[in-house]
Amino acid sequence: MTALHSLTLESFHQSIGAKFAPFAGYRMPIQYPLGVKGEHLHTRDAVGLFDVSHMGQLLIQGPASTEALERLVPAALQEMTPGQIRYSQLTLDTGGILDDLMLTRWDTDIWGLVVNGACKHADMAHFKAHLPDAVNMTYIDDHALIAIQGPQARQALSRIIPEAQDLLFMRSLKTSWKGCDITLSCCGYTGEDGYEVSIANDQARDFAEALTDLDETTWVGLGARNSLRLETGLCLYGNDLTPDTTPIEADLLWSIQKRRRTEGGFLGAETILKQINEGAPRKRVGLAPMDGRTPLRDHTVLKNAAGDVVGEITSGGFGPTHNGPVSMGYVTQKLSTLGTELIAEVRGKALACTVCDPIFVQQRYRRSL
Amino acid sequence: MTVKYTREHEWIRIEGDTATVGITFYAQEQLGDVVFVELPDPDTSADQGSEVAVVESVKAASDIYAPVTGTIIESNEELSDRPELVNEDPENDGWFFKMQLSDPTELDDLLDEADYQAFIQEEL
Repeated sequence: MTALHSLTLESFHQSIGAKFAPFAGYRMPIQYPLGVKGEHLHTRDAVGLFDVSHMGQLLIQGPASTEALERLVPAALQEMTPGQIRYSQLTLDTGGILDDLMLTRWDTDIWGLVVNGACKHADMAHFKAHLPDAVNMTYIDDHALIAIQGPQARQALSRIIPEAQDLLFMRSLKTSWKGCDITLSCCGYTGEDGYEVSIANDQARDFAEALTDLDETTWVGLGARNSLRLETGLCLYGNDLTPDTTPIEADLLWSIQKRRRTEGGFLGAETILKQINEGAPRKRVGLAPMDGRTPLRDHTVLKNAAGDVVGEITSGGFGPTHNGPVSMGYVTQKLSTLGTELIAEVRGKALACTVCDPIFVQQRYRRSL
Repeated sequence: MTVKYTREHEWIRIEGDTATVGITFYAQEQLGDVVFVELPDPDTSADQGSEVAVVESVKAASDIYAPVTGTIIESNEELSDRPELVNEDPENDGWFFKMQLSDPTELDDLLDEADYQAFIQEEL
């Protein structure tokens, strides 16, 4: 067991009453005095602030780096415009998923990546093994990453960073705050309108305090970050995406643009294109208990009427905005039709549940002004 | 009337040969917002330390154990519709179930209030 890393803002979080827990090798704020439910609801109503500095920020650049990256992700990168962000996955040659990530194109062959904290070292090893020597990878470990999420994020952040006002979903720009260079991206993982700001570690505390001073904001820990993403149907790597799931099984076909669906040319394309054309053996779906009350948690086994195991819940819990249980999991293709009735095994008891849309609360991204 | 506590953070209020069981203020604080409670059916028997109920918060599911051996005589149905009572009033309206005791000498193994307070100080 190696020692846990501390976030740059650890003492700040401590000063506002955070409770910490280990996650991805870091001591992470899991909740603040408001509590998971209060933090969740505040993010849906106003603005939640999240320290996600454990995530890996990488810069990849060099001749033909776009083509080189396209061999590692199924997203179409060549068509992207400067400042555009796309969500994708690092695929394995089996078609499984090594990690999911955001890619921002800064210039023809300059890419900013944000990868999961728990995967970042494996991802970097993967890039080193697969990118040509002329393509350079930099690990930006001297920058914090703060997410500002919620329906009032735009009005709140615009008061201190005016460029936030007109920045649309999946667009990014470089600007400054109090003379310090920042990267402002309109994205996040709560299903709400919002931003992620990358800022140098030595400016992070001042920035965190400026965000705290905005009337609409409250700090939100990993507990509510999980219920917020789960309610809006977003996958968590390690639970819902793993080396044993493909992007097609995970219902992420939308993130593979047309050219890549026909051309392939990325790790695992053989399996993934075959599943696009012929269907995958199983599919990620939402699941809801028919009693409307019992949360179906991670690793709950799903059975058909005959008692055969047909799937598993990969993420599940209670959604404070949905005000009920929210779960996603994998079931065999035949049983993935909405409304299919299954049996969930909860603490040794059979509980009836139905297959539903994994989006329990509608996403509210700002795609136009 | 006597109130005793378990190391699993349950309280048990004894009145004659029946007892009411719930979780402590400290326990609800650690759990966070309670969203679901699975209660035992009346007329079922329970051994001391066996899992008889489940409390789920926004964070996780936790088992509730029978503090003593006996028969469940009543469950707090109010918690089905209002699980938040466990947070709001854990040691009164947020009770979980009532039991008929089989062996009152088992109560001697439980903590009194001072011992329980000392026990949670150690946990903190």
